[in-house]
Amino acid sequence: MALEVENLAAARGLRVLFEGLNLRVSSGESLELRGANGSGKSTLLRILAGLTRPHEGRVRYSGAGAGAGAGDEGDAARHYLGHLDAVKPTETALEQARFWARYFGRPQDVADAAIKRVGLANRKAVPGRGLSAGQKRRLALTRLLIEPRPVWLLDEPTAALDTEGRALVMQLVAEHRAGGGMVIAAVHGEGFADSRVMDLSALKAAA
Amino acid sequence: MSGSFSVFSRELKLAWSGGGGAALPVGFFAAAASMTPFAVGNEIGNLQIAGPGVMWIALALASLLPMERLFQADLEDGTLDAYAGSGVGMEGIALAKTLAHWIATGIPLAFIAPILWIMLQGPPGQVLFVIGAALVGSLAFFFFGSIGAALAAGLRRGGLVIALVTLPLYVPTMIFGAAALYAAAGGGDWGQPALLAGAVSLFGIATSPFAAAMALRMAID
Repeated sequence: MALEVENLAAARGLRVLFEGLNLRVSSGESLELRGANGSGKSTLLRILAGLTRPHEGRVRYSGAGAGAGAGDEGDAARHYLGHLDAVKPTETALEQARFWARYFGRPQDVADAAIKRVGLANRKAVPGRGLSAGQKRRLALTRLLIEPRPVWLLDEPTAALDTEGRALVMQLVAEHRAGGGMVIAAVHGEGFADSRVMDLSALKAAA
Repeated sequence: MSGSFSVFSRELKLAWSGGGGAALPVGFFAAAASMTPFAVGNEIGNLQIAGPGVMWIALALASLLPMERLFQADLEDGTLDAYAGSGVGMEGIALAKTLAHWIATGIPLAFIAPILWIMLQGPPGQVLFVIGAALVGSLAFFFFGSIGAALAAGLRRGGLVIALVTLPLYVPTMIFGAAALYAAAGGGDWGQPALLAGAVSLFGIATSPFAAAMALRMAID
């Protein structure tokens, strides 16, 4: 499957973040979004996730697995992990993973396996408020594992993670791509292996 | 479908686990009603004139209290993004959350209503009707309130906005519900106003998830 972006423009208030953006990402690829703070990386990801409406242009998901619901905007094809982790303070880590399993209509043991995979096995009975920033981020990552979806939209996925956590994200991304998935991520610092890069600051300077 | 249902059961659990989500509205409702005799004087005639109306107003305002946090917490911690980004309709989310909060808070409100009714000198023979009226009324108050809650979700101190948006929507329920209570208190026929209040409730349940979903999509945009 593929994700195509045509002539996309986004504005925050009166400020144009980017315009005339064209993009095509296919199965197995990853795209790093780079650029200064405020250059529109998060906004682009939110547009791709269908959360924010673009000022202009369109986003199209096509091919097998794109989902064929009304509107067909790839709703069932993607995961969006923003910079907020969607962790509830009163539920334990395991309860939250199991909630997402029920939410996606997946069996409960998938949640248990995901908790283990992200390295929270010994913290699974801790309520969200007791988790560190990195552990909350790891908990958010379980959503990617609980429900397999071809498109991952990640906003600074390694933020707050330790060395081992960053390695985990790299590993998950590599496995996802090997399985035919695609990843678009806003990144600072270390990037993914063998990845395309788009610099939004440079794009704006060129325009 | 599994999405909305899982959100419903999660919200029900969260509402109870967060230190008793119903405590504040129920306390407010009880306090407002029990202050009334001191304010209007304890002559039986006074209470019979003021009681049902005051009780209904207190129920409406108590239902308004949980609205500020109804969607705000989910918006602030990114949960709404996660819901919206995964393709489950916002309408289902709004319906599931409002219904869960009504069960957690609205039903306790309805079950203390008869105590307050007796305290306000209402006829004891009508307590079952009072529970039913409070159930129907709080349903309307919660669902119309969810529209205001969704509109104000992205605002700091959105409580005032919620009240301004929501109170006009409360007016039909206020009129028919209070009329039914006065009819019951006076031994008259409460059937017609009660049916009209029920119709308003049903209208609220049917339409407010769509309005709230639209407001929530604007809030996360």
